[in-house]
Amino acid sequence: MTSSSAILEVRNLRTSFFSSNNEVRAVDDVSFRVEKGKTLGLVGESGSGKSVAAMSILRLIGPPGKVLAGEILFQGRDLHAITERELRSIRGSRISMVFQEPMTALNPVLDVGSQIAEAVLAHPEVSKVSKREAWAHAVQAMRDVAIPDPDKRARDYPHQLSGGMRQRVMIAMALVCRPELLIADEPTTALDVTIQAQILELLADLQKRFGLSMILISHDLGVIAEVAETVAVMNAGKIVETGTVSDIFSSASHPYTQGLLAAVPRLGSSRTRQDLNA
Amino acid sequence: MHDAVPTLLEVQNLKKYFPVRRAFLSRLASHVKAVDDVSFSVLQGETFGLVGESGCGKTTTGRAVLRLIEPDSGEVRFDGADLLKLSRTELRRKRRDMQIIFQDPYASLNPRMKIRNIVGEPFIIHKIHTSERDDRVAELLKVVGMDSAAMNRYPHEFSGGQRQRIGIARALALKPKLIVADEPVSALDVSIQAQITELLRELQRKFGMAYLFISHSIPVVEQLSRRIGVMYLGKLVEVGTAEQICWSPKHPYTQALISAVPVPDPGSRTKRIVLRGDVPTPLNPPSGCRFHTRCPIAEERCRKEEPMLRTIGDGRAAACHFAS
Repeated sequence: MTSSSAILEVRNLRTSFFSSNNEVRAVDDVSFRVEKGKTLGLVGESGSGKSVAAMSILRLIGPPGKVLAGEILFQGRDLHAITERELRSIRGSRISMVFQEPMTALNPVLDVGSQIAEAVLAHPEVSKVSKREAWAHAVQAMRDVAIPDPDKRARDYPHQLSGGMRQRVMIAMALVCRPELLIADEPTTALDVTIQAQILELLADLQKRFGLSMILISHDLGVIAEVAETVAVMNAGKIVETGTVSDIFSSASHPYTQGLLAAVPRLGSSRTRQDLNA
Repeated sequence: MHDAVPTLLEVQNLKKYFPVRRAFLSRLASHVKAVDDVSFSVLQGETFGLVGESGCGKTTTGRAVLRLIEPDSGEVRFDGADLLKLSRTELRRKRRDMQIIFQDPYASLNPRMKIRNIVGEPFIIHKIHTSERDDRVAELLKVVGMDSAAMNRYPHEFSGGQRQRIGIARALALKPKLIVADEPVSALDVSIQAQITELLRELQRKFGMAYLFISHSIPVVEQLSRRIGVMYLGKLVEVGTAEQICWSPKHPYTQALISAVPVPDPGSRTKRIVLRGDVPTPLNPPSGCRFHTRCPIAEERCRKEEPMLRTIGDGRAAACHFAS
């Protein structure tokens, strides 16, 4: 692997949260890379630091948290070192993020079309457009994520949409400026399994169409196995193991990864077990 | 071999409609048909799994069985009694034998009570005077893998997995014949899930109670259940043994549900059945077969004619015109 194929390289990232007499090392010397056009799966249990790592990339950590050290090289530029103003021209346009809970991430008193258009208007450096044009971009983005009847749906408020449709809106908003890197933080965790299948299919399709690179954060090893090319396993703020998806799933070497894999409920237990309340 | 095992719980034509007011002060306009004509039975000592997506009525079914929610109609025969016909006092006596474990171990334990009183409360409620209540509580905690020193502590001092163990100890206190386990592992991390599932299995082996195990996750339900019922929009669409449901599902919804489960094995990325569209609202479910709006094999007939849950051999049943 040459470093030229990486779109993002994170080196020795450290993020901590502080209380009056305590430091919690949420992300403790973490390094990983995302290859261009590929998906990195970041997997771990609650509190392992996977979301904090992702939010540190886009400087979304507020007090009492602080990114203490590290390099975040996005196409060769260190995002940790640039000014807030420079970062703002990257966040949401060249790197964007999809969150777990679409109901809390969307503004309940604004129609979804305006919220997507807002993302376009916030980035005049990408395309300087009028409000009307921004709205047209928003409707097109909704069409891209396969929302039926986007002209009409754009005028809906979040509560009028189902969970799956709201997550599609979030994805439309993230992609409307055509970013190169998408960070999806548990994008399907709040959804039912048949809707999850739709969203995963959509993400794979969008990745192919737009040549997106992706960081997919999930606690679900099944989702990671389906979507990712490379995997980083996090536990207690550290990356305990990285590798290609086939390495991790077929020959995990770290005991934590092995334990995690063994704990996943798999279909098929009814065929192998014997003594079930017979 | 199961013919000899008597039936513990028999649910017939259970219905629960929730009234919905359209606007402030207006007359009742419609009903959410949360549970609409559901029938199944649970044998003594077995686990019957109820699986389905959000809003399919699985939780309402579990609660209606215990009369924590009053069903509108139907019959629930438990251990020889018709629960829906019992008076308050009779029901209360019967409730010793049927307990529930809830999904959220943070919400289901009173934060202002010590563990001693949480786990010991069933004895008080049911006026079982035991001089050594503390000993019983300590014993129960031990059974669920906790130290008796936990007795003097409060719920917030425990992790999610430990709290779920406390909830299980409380459910076990009166040695029930049936435990309704409503998504008992959904709020937990996978490594903790595996521990709790194993604990539930072990307790069943030890005490022989039956579980009505409710979950949205087919792999989790499969791990514990001997038989499984699949629900969609308030109806049971398929019932069979765990192996039948998971390995040769006959109803197209069950097939899609199983196909949608992500498999932790990158070698098996196969073409899955992806259902189009969303689950329709139970306020106004589709005519005919409720699944026809998303069904990959629906025909004209499915729009008009509702398929009944019918036996298709081998002790399994499916509600689809085309299942055989």
